[in-house]
Amino acid sequence: MTWTSLNAWVAAPEIFLFCATCVILLLDLFVSDAKRGITHALALIALVVTGVLLVYGYSPAQQFGFSHMFIADPLATLAKVGMVIGVALVLIYGRSYAIDRGIFKGELYSLALFSLLGMMVMASAINMLTLYIGLELLSLSLYALVALRRDSVESTEAAMKYFVLGALASGMLLYGMSMVYGATGSLNVFEISQKLLIDHEGNKLLAVFGLVFIVTGIGFKLGAVPFHMWVPDVYQGAPTPITQLIGSAPKLAAFAFTIRLLAQALEGFTPEWRQMLVVLAVLSLAIGNLTAIAQTNIKRMFAYSTISHMGFLLLGILVGSAVGYAAAFFYAVTYMLTAAAGFGVVMLLARQGFEADRLDDYKGLARNHPWFAGMLLMVMFSMAGVPVFVGFFAKLAVLKAVINLGMVWLAVFAVAMSLVGAFYYLRVVKLMYFDEPESSGALSGSLFSRVVLSLNCLALLFIGLYPNGLLSLLTDAVVFSLPL
Amino acid sequence: MTEVLFYVFATVLLLAGLLVITAKNPVHAALYLVLSFFTAAMLWMLMKAEFLAVSLVVVYVGAVMVLFLFVVMMLDINFEELRKGFWKFVPLAALVAAIMAAEMVAILLHPAAQIPGAQLVEPPPGYSNVHELGREIYTTYFLPFQLAAALLLVGMVAAIALTLRKRKNSKYLNPADQIKVKRDDRVRMVKMSTEAKPTFEQPKADGESQS
Repeated sequence: MTWTSLNAWVAAPEIFLFCATCVILLLDLFVSDAKRGITHALALIALVVTGVLLVYGYSPAQQFGFSHMFIADPLATLAKVGMVIGVALVLIYGRSYAIDRGIFKGELYSLALFSLLGMMVMASAINMLTLYIGLELLSLSLYALVALRRDSVESTEAAMKYFVLGALASGMLLYGMSMVYGATGSLNVFEISQKLLIDHEGNKLLAVFGLVFIVTGIGFKLGAVPFHMWVPDVYQGAPTPITQLIGSAPKLAAFAFTIRLLAQALEGFTPEWRQMLVVLAVLSLAIGNLTAIAQTNIKRMFAYSTISHMGFLLLGILVGSAVGYAAAFFYAVTYMLTAAAGFGVVMLLARQGFEADRLDDYKGLARNHPWFAGMLLMVMFSMAGVPVFVGFFAKLAVLKAVINLGMVWLAVFAVAMSLVGAFYYLRVVKLMYFDEPESSGALSGSLFSRVVLSLNCLALLFIGLYPNGLLSLLTDAVVFSLPL
Repeated sequence: MTEVLFYVFATVLLLAGLLVITAKNPVHAALYLVLSFFTAAMLWMLMKAEFLAVSLVVVYVGAVMVLFLFVVMMLDINFEELRKGFWKFVPLAALVAAIMAAEMVAILLHPAAQIPGAQLVEPPPGYSNVHELGREIYTTYFLPFQLAAALLLVGMVAAIALTLRKRKNSKYLNPADQIKVKRDDRVRMVKMSTEAKPTFEQPKADGESQS
């Protein structure tokens, strides 16, 4: 066992990120509150370098490292690039919000970077143990981040709920993994799938038993109905940058995690987990969209909208083919960008003592700030799935895959529920453009964050106009990574 | 003999676990948790994983649970108050738990769920548990091991971020500030206009003489 046999360089971005995070953690101790911008800049530089390392290391092949604990394949690498962008957007948009709320501290940055490390490990791990530790690294950082505004009762309550339910979900997942381990005698994703595909090798009944718990755990982490109870409270209670962090990049990590567990390890059980995912997807689409109508708080509305979008993500995954996985991947990437932009606008309108989280706060926004009202309009249209915006093509790709599978009723149901969903997205547009403003709110945020936010929103339009580049890139990645 | 011991320990473990969540007194609950850790360690001992068994006792029973007991005793929490909803939801929860348990038992007792050849392998003479564990951790499981270390670091950062508060009334001195102090920080020259000597009959209430 030498350093070369470890093949550690396949994890170069992760190793760099970990070292950079530790350095930032230490340097931050010597930085006074007034100069916290240094930590902010260093964190962004670390993210940029990680992103460059990822892009530089991209190759259409499967590279293993750390004694088959770690894989660098196109799927993982692209998902990781998306996560890095997602976390960078959180840091950029959240800066002035964090300063106003007194959470502009070093821990915000170190914990956010650690959560990114957890997500990257989740995307690349091919051993159940490593997958689980990556998930815990992500979850633990997020629990702490939710509670970071410790004098706020809402945040503390949200953190408590998130922690208790997250711990329960981790327990379920771990129990399922232990059953699969018992059935196959292996923790490695590829070995498990081989053992289960060959007859008389591995205990099928026990593995299906474990599968149920694994799907439950994944459902919890994705926030799919009936395991969605934590989502609205956490979204509402957490400081908005943290809500953005929970609502954007981890969805990509959860997608990759689900692919590793269901599509790779438990590939032989596709018909079994498809049934379970159908139930989760149908319930998520229905309850997510219907409950969102009744919300008056925009963060809560986004929470229920996330639940319904996770339903769509599950629709793509349950197809169980390269087309389906590619559609789900595209959905996850574009949803990450859309959600980031949505929360970015919420934070732009928020200022000291004003959260801008009630729907009424958006009345007449077009009169006061026509440019950013237009940006939020694009976000809402994209989420609702109005053509030319990217959300439409994401939904279209998923629905095509579902129809190819022959489950037309499911596609029709998804479309019907999207129509229901369009109501509450368009209501925001109506409030912005046709109602009288209640107050002339000033915008917070630096010029840099406003420019990035505008670019983010315009990207939704641009990818919507030219979806083929990204879609074919992601499809190629899925085809390279999953031998189907 | 091993089988009998296994069932004894397993029964004690389950009962202890049940008592942890039903005990009225939090100190008792913590002690039952100690008992359940201890019996779990005994189960590992039966599987000849001595090192893991010993470290479970040392780390959890010896360190974590003692700290936990301290916390329970230091905090003044009315656990009965917290538990008010507990008995209200017990019937429904018990029903769900019973159904789940019955289903799990039905599957796990099914002949198809038995793993053939799952007996423990008799280790060769001179086999060292600790040696093997160490070798595996630093070779095959190097990545999860390092990530677990990162996880502990996150736990530490999170704990400090959530609990460390600067006390407003703490009376500590910063020696650096004391050394760097300048005359201007301590003495302020106040310019005052000259005043006539106050007469005895009308003592002026002076609000200005004190800076």
